[in-house]
Amino acid sequence: MLTPEEVRHVAMLARLGLTDEEVESLRVQLSDVLDHIAMLDKLDTSQIAPTAQVLTQRNTSRPDETIPSLQPEAVLLNAPRTEDGFFRVPAVMDDAKVGGTTDANRP
Amino acid sequence: MSGSPNTIEKLTLEDARTLLDSGEVSSEDLTRETLDRIGALDGRLGVYCYVNTEGALLAAQQSDHRRAAGEVRSPLDGIPMSLKDVLITEGVRTTCGSRHLEHFVPPFDGTVSRKLAEAGAVLLGKTNCDEFAMGSSTENSAWGPSRNPWNPEYVPGGSSGGSAAAVAARMGVYSLGTDTGGSVRQPASLCGVTGLKPTYGRVSRYGLVAFASSLDQIGPFTRTARDAAYVLQAIAGHDPRDSTSQQIEVPDYVAALDNEGQSLRGLKVGIPREFWGEGLQPEVEQSVKAAIEMLGTMGAELHDITLPHTEYALSTYYIIAPAEASSNLARYDGMKYGYRAPGEMNSIDSMLMTRDFGFGAEVKRRIMLGTYALSAGYYEAFYKKAQQVRTLIAGDYTEAFKEVDVIVGPTSPTVAFRIGEKSDNPLAMYLNDVYTVPANLAGIPGVSIPCGFADGLPIGLQFLGRHFDEVTLLRVAHAYQSNSDWHLHTPDLRVENLT
Repeated sequence: MLTPEEVRHVAMLARLGLTDEEVESLRVQLSDVLDHIAMLDKLDTSQIAPTAQVLTQRNTSRPDETIPSLQPEAVLLNAPRTEDGFFRVPAVMDDAKVGGTTDANRP
Repeated sequence: MSGSPNTIEKLTLEDARTLLDSGEVSSEDLTRETLDRIGALDGRLGVYCYVNTEGALLAAQQSDHRRAAGEVRSPLDGIPMSLKDVLITEGVRTTCGSRHLEHFVPPFDGTVSRKLAEAGAVLLGKTNCDEFAMGSSTENSAWGPSRNPWNPEYVPGGSSGGSAAAVAARMGVYSLGTDTGGSVRQPASLCGVTGLKPTYGRVSRYGLVAFASSLDQIGPFTRTARDAAYVLQAIAGHDPRDSTSQQIEVPDYVAALDNEGQSLRGLKVGIPREFWGEGLQPEVEQSVKAAIEMLGTMGAELHDITLPHTEYALSTYYIIAPAEASSNLARYDGMKYGYRAPGEMNSIDSMLMTRDFGFGAEVKRRIMLGTYALSAGYYEAFYKKAQQVRTLIAGDYTEAFKEVDVIVGPTSPTVAFRIGEKSDNPLAMYLNDVYTVPANLAGIPGVSIPCGFADGLPIGLQFLGRHFDEVTLLRVAHAYQSNSDWHLHTPDLRVENLT
């Protein structure tokens, strides 16, 4: 059984802010699923190579040609906040507080 | 066509094409009638999350002009259809059933959207789905559940439940969905339509909003296997924008069906002994076994086979898919597009609040499960272990296809269940996928077609095939449909019955 601390640790890794109720229900539900998944331990896979993808073809490359890309206006069309043709994002450092505003969810 | 409400209910893609070619109906007639039907039924069924009324009528009129000028582009020209809301459409809102993307209007087309537009398809709208395609019931959409046209108290399956229900309710001639662990085949089964998951690498995933990139594949919902052949023809093939789309020649699927005819003489059909286990509804087992018996009378050679690692497929899938999802969904951080939590705060707090509000419960569960499986100290025990078991599961199919040409069994262990019945029990919900996830893990194609009813709800028959051998799947599905009429049954959708 997972502990609430483990659930909070994983939630932080995933950048999910969870309420206490969510932590508790996820703790129970994830523990159930993990118990079920533990059945894989019945199999000895020590000699088995892992499969990341099933295709037999490996690397592919394309001609290195210039093709048109989206216009900056189109790229910024769905941005929560923009400024002078840039994405305006919250501050990474703690001091400057710049975030979304109530107009975040355009249009 | 107007004044004959039965016409649209009986219409296949091939029928629609014949009517358009003969001039009996115009694309605009067909499109208007379908839009009217959507208007009448969708309040109850919740199939569409966006109806593209003006765009559809314009596309229909353009198609009619092309037809008048003798410039028909393809067999799909002028035929109204829908796309699952995880498929990117330029200028047409695409939400993935998520609050994150409530107002997202893509500035580009995905490859399948572009190919269908170029073929002259008429886009009726975007169909509802489980948020980011995660679910087996279409109850996990931020816009509310879709309902099963056979009984609106029941789920349509998922995650492409809106697409399956749209085809079953004749709210569009065909639809495209996506299948990561059964999300085309299982709703096709529960809604009584034909649903094809092509081989991984057959159809470009460019512009498919990613869930689990090593498993995702786009596929059609249609009324018949022949119709599926037409749609697959239009969307299959290599795309320089998706390096996993394979440079393997695309056969002429419809011609292959015409050439092969309806005999199954000499076709080796494998019946896995592992597909009849605990949890299989008796009526489903009976119908599927009756269908298999019929394949025998049609000339197929029936072989008992074994897929020894079947019981491990579900657990393997529920590590690999959430792990890939947790990585893919890291992009919804509220920085460049989509929802951002209001208020001035630092970037970590902004992400925590953005993602807590933007994602629904099931998506959070899978992100948590995937992040846990990939986190320090658990990677070997969970993710690497699952990748190793994936090798064993894929190997089962490689071995089986040395002996047989196609594998047959049930698509889903039960018929549709009631809305709300499993929403509090994720594990019970995941068990719906037991017969569909192996195909995604092995990368092979699969198709579900109707083969009976239990309590008025459809039962699905699943065929699985070799890599890139969609022809054999379509051939056996078409042969079965030529000798049965389950796929022709239509739900009673008189509006007075739906309220």
